[in-house]
Amino acid sequence: MNKREFLYHLRRYQQGSISRRQFLGATGLGVASAVLATELGLRPRRAFAGDIGDRVSLCTWPSYHDPANLEVFTQATGATVEMTVFGSNEEMMAKLQAGAAGYDVLVPTNYTIRDYASQNLIQPLDLAQIPNHDPSAHDTRFTGEGAVDGTVYAVPKDWGTTGYVINSSEVTEGPTTWKEFWDLTQTTHSGRVMVHDYQLTTIGNALKYYGYSFNSIDAAELAKAEELLLAVKPHLFGINSDYKPSMLSGDAIMSICWTGDAVQLRRENAAMQYVLGREGGEIWTDFYAIPADAPNVKGAYALIDYLVTPDINAKEVLFHGYPSTDARTNALLPKELLEDPILYPAAEVLAPLEFGATGLITNEARAELFARFKSA
Amino acid sequence: METKRLLPIGEAGALPVMKRAGPGRRRAIVTALLLAPSTLWFVALLVMPLVVVLVFSLGERAPAGGYQAGFTFANYLNLPARLTAFTNTLTLAPVGTLLCLVFAYPLAYFLAVKVKRAKLMLLVLVILPFWTSFLLRTYAWIILLSGKGIPSWLAVVGIEGVRLINTPTAVLIGIVYGYLPLMVFPIYVSLERLDKRLLEAAADLYADPIATFRRVTLPLSLPGVVTGCLLVFILLMGEYLIPQLLGGGKVFFIGNALVDLFLQSRNWPFGSAVAIALVVIMIVAVGLATRWAKHQGATREVSLL
Repeated sequence: MNKREFLYHLRRYQQGSISRRQFLGATGLGVASAVLATELGLRPRRAFAGDIGDRVSLCTWPSYHDPANLEVFTQATGATVEMTVFGSNEEMMAKLQAGAAGYDVLVPTNYTIRDYASQNLIQPLDLAQIPNHDPSAHDTRFTGEGAVDGTVYAVPKDWGTTGYVINSSEVTEGPTTWKEFWDLTQTTHSGRVMVHDYQLTTIGNALKYYGYSFNSIDAAELAKAEELLLAVKPHLFGINSDYKPSMLSGDAIMSICWTGDAVQLRRENAAMQYVLGREGGEIWTDFYAIPADAPNVKGAYALIDYLVTPDINAKEVLFHGYPSTDARTNALLPKELLEDPILYPAAEVLAPLEFGATGLITNEARAELFARFKSA
Repeated sequence: METKRLLPIGEAGALPVMKRAGPGRRRAIVTALLLAPSTLWFVALLVMPLVVVLVFSLGERAPAGGYQAGFTFANYLNLPARLTAFTNTLTLAPVGTLLCLVFAYPLAYFLAVKVKRAKLMLLVLVILPFWTSFLLRTYAWIILLSGKGIPSWLAVVGIEGVRLINTPTAVLIGIVYGYLPLMVFPIYVSLERLDKRLLEAAADLYADPIATFRRVTLPLSLPGVVTGCLLVFILLMGEYLIPQLLGGGKVFFIGNALVDLFLQSRNWPFGSAVAIALVVIMIVAVGLATRWAKHQGATREVSLL
């Protein structure tokens, strides 16, 4: 374990993302796992075409990669992975739109890919350089949006849902709908609830209160959602996409939440329960893509190829708790994980979910609505 | 030779002697050369961006976000949409400045007047927090102010249900913590320079300590107070980090609205208009403050005579 990794664990421990036990485990066993990692990393499984530079910059989401996996990548290739995390796809796109962001690998969500491609912010992928990606192993229902008009711009990472997490020792009403989520926020649990700092999910699930589409851009429907959000705002604990520390410290007891965060929270506290609002909400897939102006394209391909390798991907899934879209990866995962209702919700709650719609990332009405909600 | 020595440097070149015109012009060139880097710096990094922001503020949001050329005042007419951010900033920045002053003045007074030994060490202690990242220190406050921090200690002594994090109070705590040294030092310097004989003179004239403070110490330290207040106030008006981390998206400054407009809704023209509005408010506020300070200074001088 190097200093950087130690500090990473320390920071996560301080923020409450991992428990003391996990922190000690991760750092204490560091030496042993590093040796093992080197062994694994040096196996002639991946053919890295020579030197890939000394760093690859990865632009992703919080707690989305197992640091041990990235360490193995560094050991095998000599390239350090520099990770930047974001709170929303908007923020990620803004950095790329501003130009020369210096990122090599991007982890965009399904609905943004067409917009990235049409603005020439990401480059078409040469799948020959990602030999460990096997398109036939993926369910196209989840992964179709990686290709834009027949050109592949992104390869799938994992999928998930957006519901909400409750600390069931304090939220005892057993809510099952978005209506209850917003109503409880304004009544019994005022001051203890969080929403994402992300227009797609926060506005989308406010729309679900009235039974409108998660993707609505209808002016009248958005006006209703804004009315609800402005009424809710004084009752919120906070607006933040990194809600795990507050949930763990007990400051917040309910929050809009993604699949993997719910899995990670439940690991720390068994009282954490994941709810998919019965009205519906979001289902999504995240992808790997390479920005058009990536300084280290070779390194980007090497990192993506490494991360989509089934055995590495399986370790990633065990870490972040999001279901993989890759059948080869799933074959390597323990049965209880594949049967976990957080990762694999029942068909009837999954059915009403919607994939985010193309165009929402650049939609002005929703962007402005969210900015008004935040500054209210 | 006597006259030349008395002349200010700049006028030396004006002497009607050809031989002396050379060094004078050279001096002017040297002066220009020395000022060139800072001039270039200001033009490139202050004036130019400001012009760009001004131009952007009259444009329109591009369909995919960003800037699109145009000529409209719609962005300025839309400013009331960020009214809460403006009022938040215009209340919390002055209140924060005032709190800093209330905390800093006694400390500066103590350091400048009362401390005899180890003064240097105490001064170093005041700036010690600057040795680590401001971000890290503010993160530490997240832990201190959240449920498992100070509120849980208060609960032990029977004060239940205190909520600090994500409130204006938390933001003010962060502000006072972060900006205190910036207030302490100017006041310290002005108090340090204070002629102690004036205090003795006041005592000789039967002024009690309170009268001495009010009539002598305070007026003479006023330049330091004004400098400290302006320094803290100006920085607070553009504050982003403290409300972002300790306000949890619920205490919103103009700085936060700006970041949101550029990074989330990607409405650069409106963001530019908000930025220009902030600059204008700042110029007016600082202008009024300096005018007031000058006025105060002038009357004090007269009264001291």
